[in-house]
Amino acid sequence: MEQPGPGSDDTIIRVENLEHLYGDFRAVDGISFTVKKGEIFSFLGPNGAGKSTAINILITLLSLQKGTATIAGYDVTTDAQKVRESIGIVFQDITLDRDMTVWELLEFHGRLYDMPVKERRERIDELLILVQLEAKRNELSKRLSGGMKRRLEIARGLMTRPKVLFLDEPTIGLDPQTRMRMWEYIKNVNREGTTIFLTTHYMDEADQLSDRISIIDHGKIIISGTSDELKNTLGRDLIYLDTDNNGNAMKLLEQVPSVREITAKGNRIALMVNEDGTKVLPGIIDTLRNAGIEISTINLKKPTMDDVFVFYTGSELRDEGQAPARQIFLRGGR
Amino acid sequence: MGYGFLTVYWRDMIRFFRFKTLLISSLLQPALWLAFFGIAMSSNFDRLMAGMPVPEGAYAVGYLTFMGAGIIAMTTLFTSLFSGIVILFDKNWGLMREILASPVNRNHIIVGIAMSGVTKSFIQAIIIMAFGILIGAAFFAGYTPVQIVIGVLGVLAFVAMFALGFLFLSAAIAISMESPEGLQGVMTLLTMPIFFASNALYPIDTFPEALRIISAYNPMTMLINGIRYFAIGPDFYALGQHYLFTPGEVLLSFLGLVLFSAIMFTLAWWRFRRAVVT
Ligand SMILES: Nc1ncnc2c1ncn2[C@@H]1O[C@H](COP(=O)(O)OP(=O)(O)O)[C@@H](O)[C@H]1O
Ligand SMILES: [Mg+2]
Repeated sequence: MEQPGPGSDDTIIRVENLEHLYGDFRAVDGISFTVKKGEIFSFLGPNGAGKSTAINILITLLSLQKGTATIAGYDVTTDAQKVRESIGIVFQDITLDRDMTVWELLEFHGRLYDMPVKERRERIDELLILVQLEAKRNELSKRLSGGMKRRLEIARGLMTRPKVLFLDEPTIGLDPQTRMRMWEYIKNVNREGTTIFLTTHYMDEADQLSDRISIIDHGKIIISGTSDELKNTLGRDLIYLDTDNNGNAMKLLEQVPSVREITAKGNRIALMVNEDGTKVLPGIIDTLRNAGIEISTINLKKPTMDDVFVFYTGSELRDEGQAPARQIFLRGGR
Repeated sequence: MGYGFLTVYWRDMIRFFRFKTLLISSLLQPALWLAFFGIAMSSNFDRLMAGMPVPEGAYAVGYLTFMGAGIIAMTTLFTSLFSGIVILFDKNWGLMREILASPVNRNHIIVGIAMSGVTKSFIQAIIIMAFGILIGAAFFAGYTPVQIVIGVLGVLAFVAMFALGFLFLSAAIAISMESPEGLQGVMTLLTMPIFFASNALYPIDTFPEALRIISAYNPMTMLINGIRYFAIGPDFYALGQHYLFTPGEVLLSFLGLVLFSAIMFTLAWWRFRRAVVT
């Protein structure tokens, strides 16, 4: 029954030079990427980066202004109908009717997609078990907790056995435990063969869930790769230093062979080193001591997604409405 | 995607029957109008009109019967106009994105909403007529069973056509607006003149010239003419006025409503095509 789209190989999403303007504000600024069949692929970026805009174009809710995008081999502009039949969506905001029951909402979705009655009903039963909502089958959606609503929406997104499931910030506003469980659901769904495209502004979510990540900021993809690849671009270890003369310290440290890159943020120096940091550290301390530079704090750690993000976007993940954080590199690992 | 509209219809009807208080109040309001305004004004008007002679053998109806038709029309107007609110809620917080991103054709959304709106208006019209008869309105008085069936169908045909027009208008406004408050404002602004510049509660012949012309082209007046023709009869006296409808005039009123609905459908269709909900 599976009808492969035209020209299908193992690329299921292909986007080239996608742009989107709201008025003259460039929300998506020429992004290109591909997602392979069976992958979990993430857009990691702060609020306002353009993630939802990009998703809305891919799911055909916003019309494509510039560039090309195909999903399962279908062009989002010329084959919107086919695209719609191939995908499932969980929107960033809850989109449930408060006054309909769990079962009714799934039934409604199945009817919207013209699923035959028997298949529809069987699928609802299966999915309610998958997302552990059997007990809530006849509950109005307004009486569900935030996590349950999300699970219901994921179940709804899976009703039609989509080739790609889009999840726009699936765990936003959920407590840590629920988030963790949600990740399990998402992994299960992926294991059953659904390609997942998700957006998030949570580092750990991107890190733990995704096969590949694209960091996106100001409408541009800044870097893409697996979590390890991204971290490895920052070297093996990161050393943070705080001295009484950062300017001189940086000049001196540039000479140290295993130091790959030095950046200064605020009153703090960050060193990326290619070797085991614990071995490099004594040499660094000696070098600075000999030059008469006082070290006030020193910190050694493995690069995390946060570091990757901060390095490539030059800012901490900012929350809604907040100005970019200034205490760059202050936060340690989680 | 042949049956998308049925899905939209099914969902709307679930909501209609789920909100018991809303359902009851939507029926209670016209009942109260009939019971209080209708009966109270009846005795007044009937006394006032006592001096006005009705020709020998002519058929005269009381005020309750006269305004009963107006109350059916008023209820249809309110229900239809305010039905757009669900679209607005869907757009902001509900299922609109799900529906728009699904393979369902957008016209089906409009058609589904229209069907459920008409169904609701039918239920209300029938209940109001029954209640009216119960408290003494002379609807279908002296009709044979066949005439009653024709009469009821005629009333419903007019109600449907009128409801469609305002449902489409409401949908078009709702899909274009941001806040429920704004929508509510526009609706309230619309209902007043439509209701009062019609022959719902009083004859329009005594209106000033300009207002009379406006009233004559008011879809509400066309609907009420249709209801009176089918529920009371083609030739009767009320409030001292002679009401005489030829089948041609009634047909013209109906066609007026058809035209009105067609224009509103086009408007809604155009607004929905352009609708971007993200
Ligand atoms: N409908 C809109 N009109 C104007 N600007 C918008 C609209 N939607 C989003 N934006 C702006 O576009 C940018 C990207 O938004 P969005 O795609 O929602 O980002 P994200 O999902 O990454 O938080 C933001 O600056 C946002 O304010
Ligand atoms: Mg977003």
